[in-house]
Amino acid sequence: MKIVVCIKQVPDTKGGVKFNPDGTLDRAAMLTIMNPDDKAGLEAALRLKDQYGAEVTVLTMGLPKAEEVLREAMAMGADKGILVTDRVLGGADTWATSTTIAGALRNLDYDLIITGRQAIDGDTAQVGPQISEHLGIPVISYAQAIKVEGDSVIVERQFEDRYHVLKAKMPCLITALAELNEPRYMTPGGIFDAWDKEITVWGRADLKDVDDSNLGLKGSPTKIAKASDKVRKGAGEKVAFDSAEESVDYIMSKLKEKHVI
Amino acid sequence: MALEEYKGVFIFAEQVDNKISNIAYELLGKAKDLAKDLGTEVTAVLIGSGVKDLADSLAVYGADRVIVVDDPELKDYRTEPYAHALASVINEFKPEIMLVGATAIGRDLGPRVSARVATGLTADCTSLEIGNFPLEPVGNQEQLHNQLLMTRPAFGGNTIATIACPYNRPQMATVRPGVMQKIAPIEGAKANIVEFNPGFTPDNKYVEILDIVKSVVDTVDISEAKILVSGGRGVGSAENFKLLDDLAEVLGGTVSCSRAVVDNGWKPKDLQVGQTGKTVRPNVYFAIGISGAIQHTAGMEESDIIIAINKDESAPIFDVADYGIVGDLNKIVPMLTAQLKAAIK
Repeated sequence: MKIVVCIKQVPDTKGGVKFNPDGTLDRAAMLTIMNPDDKAGLEAALRLKDQYGAEVTVLTMGLPKAEEVLREAMAMGADKGILVTDRVLGGADTWATSTTIAGALRNLDYDLIITGRQAIDGDTAQVGPQISEHLGIPVISYAQAIKVEGDSVIVERQFEDRYHVLKAKMPCLITALAELNEPRYMTPGGIFDAWDKEITVWGRADLKDVDDSNLGLKGSPTKIAKASDKVRKGAGEKVAFDSAEESVDYIMSKLKEKHVI
Repeated sequence: MALEEYKGVFIFAEQVDNKISNIAYELLGKAKDLAKDLGTEVTAVLIGSGVKDLADSLAVYGADRVIVVDDPELKDYRTEPYAHALASVINEFKPEIMLVGATAIGRDLGPRVSARVATGLTADCTSLEIGNFPLEPVGNQEQLHNQLLMTRPAFGGNTIATIACPYNRPQMATVRPGVMQKIAPIEGAKANIVEFNPGFTPDNKYVEILDIVKSVVDTVDISEAKILVSGGRGVGSAENFKLLDDLAEVLGGTVSCSRAVVDNGWKPKDLQVGQTGKTVRPNVYFAIGISGAIQHTAGMEESDIIIAINKDESAPIFDVADYGIVGDLNKIVPMLTAQLKAAIK
């Protein structure tokens, strides 16, 4: 079985965010991590590899620096890494990102493609389903459990108040939830091996069956009209009393003042 | 694509088990405003099996017209037949705006459909309005009018962006539940129904539903609650949520929670507030033992009154709370419940 896991290097949003003058994100200026949902997707792939035997390829699109998440994934146990990087691919929205990644995936053999449900920078959850549409394969989003049965996958697909147990013929694309599993740590041997493994680097010319008009900032149908730091509601009162009685009196007085009671 | 051929504001009227989801009515409320600004009409797209009878309720909440796609293949939600249904409606009826709820269904259906009809999609919007793109005239770039301006938080709620889709149609957005307002119901309204069936032929993209497992707990919709008593990691255990249950009961409120609580298995996912849970804006929000990571506050900071109880005085929840009490929830909460009981009866 061949599994491709799409991962993304994301800014660690706890460290604050910075913008370029054109309103797009200044990714180079921020601390980065492997996106958590993607890491769960990678772990799911590695467990399938442990259980059934599989070749796991990790693929990312980003700046040259995104090689770091590929190395991390390889230190966890991924077999191959592919970095898609090219200036003309920058500034892409979810449409242009998904056309790019689909163009890279067309070069590969795969039974299963796993992406994270959503990245913590954009929080859109759109790229996985959009890739599957471009490739003409089924998608199962929001996976909370994955197993393989013959030429099919059986996946628990989460909804708000239920889950569906779905069966899809491979090839198929699954988007993984962070709650799917607890990702393994890199091992010292794995880290050592990861630096020996080669990473394949692809640019625009290596993408298959993709028109220039669907790539990068220019090929993005959505355009940023305005981006700004969020104006947050200011803090109100903060009190610290010596006794719980005083705290309760305080809350009661505020509930009365605001006519809640 | 001749953009001017695309007319009208459409919403996807999500239904589950042949019951219209609240988000459909919320989208209709917003669609009504947008349609008024554009001088056009609101169309609801109702997809399912045996769903035609539900169309009138969409008229009651503001749909001028309801397109019904009714087929046995559409009985329970599956990405492919639903994507085929909605994409076919878009190609046939050519809306200028297509709104979908940012629910577990909509966030799967929206991207699949937008990719099929080759247009942009803006995720998880919290505000929509009609305006100009660019917002202000820029050099010799033509300023386009009557554009859908879609505003959404990103980067874990650290930033907010306004996005347009000026050169493709429809302009598509998924909209966060619990944010848009329904209109006052138009009692007795009857739907103007258009039936449409593009034909459904199962192929490799159709997945098979082996089982549907519903959450066993009684589901309460926390986004509808007027008072929420919300607990976090600081509550300490599933058993200790009893303190919050009691407080909620005396106030006629509902218990909700942070992500840490769901991850620990103390409460089910549908009670989770925040970026990956639900957005709520109750009259009163008690944040008890919740540190207030930005992913949490993004889902509750619009609440009218926020009361936070936390023993850590540097907890970020105090930055959004109207009233912050530094103290031990195990002492304060039961005492508060007792005093409220005495005061209310």
